[in-house]
Amino acid sequence: MRALKAYFRSPAALVGSAILLAVVIMGVGASWFYPGDPLGLAGRPLQWPGANPRFPLGTDSSGRDIAAQLFHGARISLLIGFVATSISVVIGIAIGAVAGFYGGVTDTVLMRVTEAFQTLPNFLLLLVLVAVFGSTIETVTVAIGLVSWPPVARLTRAEFLSLRTREFVQACRVQGLGDVHLILREVLPNALPPVIVYASVVMAVAILLESALAFLQLSDPNVPSWGNLIGLGRNVLRTEWYVSAIPGVAILLTILGVSLVGQGLNDALNPRIASGR
Amino acid sequence: MTVRLAVEGLTIRLPKGADREYAIEDVSLSVAAGEILCVVGESGSGKSVTASAAMGLLAPGLSIASGAMALCGEDLRAKSPEEWRTIRGRRIAMVFQEPMTALNPLMTVGAQIGEMWRVHLGLDARETERRAIAALREVNLPDPEGALRAYPHELSGGQRQRVMIAMALALEPEVLICDEPTTALDVTTQAQVLALIKDLQKRHGTAVMFITHDFGVVAEIADRVAVMRLGHVVEQGTAKEVLTEPQHEYTRALLRAVPGLVAPEPRPLADDTVLEVRGLTKTYASRGVFRRRKAVKALDEVSVALKRGATLAIVGESGSGKSTLARCVVGLLGSDGGQIVIGGAPLPKQRRDAARLVQMVFQDPYASLNPRRRVGAQVAQGPIAAGTSAAQAAAETRELFCTVGLDPDAVDRYPHEFSGGQRQRIGIARALAMKPQVLVADEPVSALDVSVQAQVLALLRELQERLGLSILFITHDLRVAAQLCDEVAVMRNGVVEEAGRIGEVFAAPRSAYTRSLIEAIPGRALFGA
Repeated sequence: MRALKAYFRSPAALVGSAILLAVVIMGVGASWFYPGDPLGLAGRPLQWPGANPRFPLGTDSSGRDIAAQLFHGARISLLIGFVATSISVVIGIAIGAVAGFYGGVTDTVLMRVTEAFQTLPNFLLLLVLVAVFGSTIETVTVAIGLVSWPPVARLTRAEFLSLRTREFVQACRVQGLGDVHLILREVLPNALPPVIVYASVVMAVAILLESALAFLQLSDPNVPSWGNLIGLGRNVLRTEWYVSAIPGVAILLTILGVSLVGQGLNDALNPRIASGR
Repeated sequence: MTVRLAVEGLTIRLPKGADREYAIEDVSLSVAAGEILCVVGESGSGKSVTASAAMGLLAPGLSIASGAMALCGEDLRAKSPEEWRTIRGRRIAMVFQEPMTALNPLMTVGAQIGEMWRVHLGLDARETERRAIAALREVNLPDPEGALRAYPHELSGGQRQRVMIAMALALEPEVLICDEPTTALDVTTQAQVLALIKDLQKRHGTAVMFITHDFGVVAEIADRVAVMRLGHVVEQGTAKEVLTEPQHEYTRALLRAVPGLVAPEPRPLADDTVLEVRGLTKTYASRGVFRRRKAVKALDEVSVALKRGATLAIVGESGSGKSTLARCVVGLLGSDGGQIVIGGAPLPKQRRDAARLVQMVFQDPYASLNPRRRVGAQVAQGPIAAGTSAAQAAAETRELFCTVGLDPDAVDRYPHEFSGGQRQRIGIARALAMKPQVLVADEPVSALDVSVQAQVLALLRELQERLGLSILFITHDLRVAAQLCDEVAVMRNGVVEEAGRIGEVFAAPRSAYTRSLIEAIPGRALFGA
């Protein structure tokens, strides 16, 4: 409750929440605002924004409505952001928690695996995964989740390392409670705040990774994602730059929103900063 | 005598939303040359705020509302930050409580002491080294040349505090402020450091403001005493007056709460032994592939026995192995050899089985409760894991809260809503919930104020009589042990030096080490031994 109050007192958090809320409304209401297939032919290609009142944001090189793609793309970007983040946070917490809680050989093995993942640039790894398993929207989302967990695991492990020796954890050991209880009920809730904050970074990166894939035309071409739109605009970048610029701004704003929410959460969940206000 | 530091009617405002409006209110103190003023109080009394105000180092959020501070007649409140920098360290120096965190771990001791002369006087390297060696010699560090090249972690706590004192006195300050400088030290080291401060202060004629919570320390060192409570000075006078004829009720209560080293009347003890530790050995060695450090024997063939319904004190200084022993007995640490027998059978390896036999009360009431869970749930979870139904465990928890003197409706609250003493009561309730045969209490009162300490000790004594508890009581404080315990085992470097009935050990210690421990107790002359 106190954290919630502190959260809404921070201007960064308010702005971020407003932006994110707007994107969510765009995504959720896409079928209502723009019923019909956003990838269907809508009119003459490459109309500038404002030139035709039917297409306030213009059309792309295939004659599809950019505004419709933008709204439907919000849904895809958010979906990829949330699902990929959930996958990476779950994997990261599981590995980090086990490594940090048990230490010793378990820790060494798990952390070497984590480092192996980290030494590969994650975009390259993502390209490999997509090349091997194909580029449907599901595989792209799972692949993004699979390449972005190592920092979450390291962060969780660090928290667990310091928390597991605390007296309240020892007290629970003395009470005869099992490891599962200790990890899930005692240590994890205390380790979560920094991980939640970091999840906002993971989400921003996930949205960016999908856009980057789409820009290289390696993402699912059958969904109207922002990245796909940017990728399509690449061919006409020098003359009709708005095709890439409009979804580019959308991505920029969404990531800004996610980062601001993350910063707000950080301030609210960090008791030292929250009480200093 | 000339007044060096004078504080007149000082009032300091706390930030909004604090538990009271002013940290200190209308505080007037003065320290003259060659005098030691002890400022005594419990936590929250404002003694440390007073000290930091005199150093010009108020924490952010605090502000001076009214009052005056003067150093040798110069108004301190009018000083700019630049002027303060030339005063701090040079004219007013400070010694902090925690000697480890007050020193930079990446700089050698010599470099840190030398910094004082380089920054303030601009001396060259050879001259600073000469002075540094002289300063370290003055604080009686063995091998001052070696200490100069040592890093802080290579010195013991007492040696680090000596370095801090050497640094504080390096520039011959007019005023020295000591904020609980011996609280983190062992008794024998504390006695040496107190003697050192007193001796240096006499030699240099420094005015010393000494912040402490311990009346024993006051009795050792003070010329004058100011007693603070909730931001007010309730009593001020010469040490003799305040200690022997306290005027204020609060001072009297504090003095009463100081435990004396008088063992209680010996009680008849049962014949059967509930806990027996036989030849317990524990060695700490780092098991890395690449690093190998010297193994440390924390416990070396330790044997102690606790009679049913009795209390056995394990007394020792830091590094004696007493906490390792406690952790082995409750099964938190495995041992390398020897046996732990509880109620006739060896301590079970399974955590759940051991939990019914032995429970622990932890040292730090702030760290031993999970801040994110309701206290009732933390007490009830042990019995629930052991098979008690949730409803029965909840009912027992409410009953236990009554037993330890808490409101049973408090089970639904979170730890931060309780004071330190109340939290320790919750810790005791949590241990009792498992109905153990043996209760291990690891320094259960050392983080508490004296008055709260007395209450928690009284609770333990009462519980022992009512429930027939057998307690293994770990402490560094002989005075606390004398309050509660029937028998005592004195440990040093992992070995039991001496064991027996507590009255006999205190009256006629056989080992020289026990004798030195007893002699080092501060304020022994006043509070009786």
